[in-house]
Amino acid sequence: MDERTRALVCIECPQGCCLAAKQHGDEVKVTGNRCPRGLEYARRELVNPCRTLTTTVRTTFRDYPRLPVRTAGEIPLARVFEAMAAIRGVVVDRRVQSGEVIIPDLIGTGVALIATGDLSHQEEG
Amino acid sequence: MKPHCDVMVIGAGPAGLAAAVAAHDQGVRVCLVEREARPGGILKQCIHDGFGILRYESKLSGPEYAQCELEQVIDRGIEIFPETFLLSLGRGKTGFELTLQNRWQGVFTLTAAALVAATGCRERTGRQILLHGTRPAGVYTAGTVQRLINIDGYLPGRRCVILGSGDIGLIMARRLVLEGAEVVGVYEIRDEPSGLTRNLVQCLDDYGIPLHLSTTVTRLHGEKRLEGVTVCPVDAENRPDPARAQYLPCDTLVLSVGLIPENEILEPLGVELDRATGGALVDQTLMTNVPGVFSCGNALHVSDLVDHVSESGEIAGRWAATHARRVRRIGASQPIALEGELLYLVPQRLDPQAKGPVNAWFRSRRTLRQARLEVWAGERRLLERTYPLVRPPEMERIVFDLDGQAWAGQRFRVILREVRSGG
Repeated sequence: MDERTRALVCIECPQGCCLAAKQHGDEVKVTGNRCPRGLEYARRELVNPCRTLTTTVRTTFRDYPRLPVRTAGEIPLARVFEAMAAIRGVVVDRRVQSGEVIIPDLIGTGVALIATGDLSHQEEG
Repeated sequence: MKPHCDVMVIGAGPAGLAAAVAAHDQGVRVCLVEREARPGGILKQCIHDGFGILRYESKLSGPEYAQCELEQVIDRGIEIFPETFLLSLGRGKTGFELTLQNRWQGVFTLTAAALVAATGCRERTGRQILLHGTRPAGVYTAGTVQRLINIDGYLPGRRCVILGSGDIGLIMARRLVLEGAEVVGVYEIRDEPSGLTRNLVQCLDDYGIPLHLSTTVTRLHGEKRLEGVTVCPVDAENRPDPARAQYLPCDTLVLSVGLIPENEILEPLGVELDRATGGALVDQTLMTNVPGVFSCGNALHVSDLVDHVSESGEIAGRWAATHARRVRRIGASQPIALEGELLYLVPQRLDPQAKGPVNAWFRSRRTLRQARLEVWAGERRLLERTYPLVRPPEMERIVFDLDGQAWAGQRFRVILREVRSGG
């Protein structure tokens, strides 16, 4: 049966509990966590680690050549480079505001890519 | 003649924005001076997430956090002078006199009853660490790389070495990899990383970027453009061991070797600095030794979380307003003696007359497991807290109360010690 132990540092909050997570088939046993969030974190890290991806996309505006974006939720860590490749092709030509959707469903994850910067403020001169 | 405003806030980064809002909410006239076109300070280029975990209970990106803070300033109609550079600071008849310059008004003067310096910090550069060899292009501070990629849209190099394990360096390691560059490794002269655990996990481990501790860059190679660096392990006294030196080909060296609070503008006023923090010496109202001059954010001490920066801005702004309205009686502030493993504590002084809880921030000298912190006033213990783990990169915050006590003449002490459990 598949059994492995991994040492993890919980990053759910600044406390940074040192976790030991043991996977036994579908079951994950965790020690070292001081709250239930640590348990959840270790489970996710072993089964399917997910991350919020933050990056920028090109724009057509000289005063804002790049628009900062992030995924509205987490996407699988294993698909981050695939997501970057899809994002690289995007060019924003509207004065979008923070929170606006740039890609509704990023590489079929069901997670949207949203603007985190505001292009509506135009620079004078 | 009345001064132009009651509270002048210098810098519209997270500390300055929070200070302006807090001062305004005390009913005084506030002005905000910012040298860049857009408010938000360094947050504008910090596109990664993790901001606002304490303040907004969500993991925002830097620009989003800045937007939340800026909206509160705009909602209140607080006067902002963008693209305005502060040339000098002095004392006038009606308070402080600021000589400013922008392209609309030229050089002009504004007066204020109280000042909040929220001027942030700057990066230590290659000139401030010992790097031998040539001086080619391709050596950048991590913040410059961050600006080039995130704001301007340029990739500064293809094969990068990162010196120093500060948070911005770790974050840029991931950013460079995502944008298609190769990161050979992160080299840290000390025997433990100086960045937050969260960043070690999500920036290095996630992308398989190696971290080499007790190793530094000793030499740069290349004429016009960087062609490589020599990396070398160091001993316990940080002396490189040339026998184990190694040449690494690379076109870019990213420096993440520390941040220095920016306080030059306060020098003519005679503001005293703390050698441990590089920021001003303050009491719990975040007022410096010069009455009416307050300090907050990274100019006061470099924080690892923006939430702490905003909080200190609020404290400074609130008390600056109180000072401008002349409703504060300034007591004889007393120094706080530090004992044990404390690297620093802010504030460095306490004014027993200042009402309300005292917010304090500290860092330890070294990593401690099972540590106890105690705050004493004379023979009375005001606070006791234990920590399972204290690391120098992770700042800790405490709150204690002085209210209703006659502390005059008492000695304040803060002690941080490792607790050996079980003998």
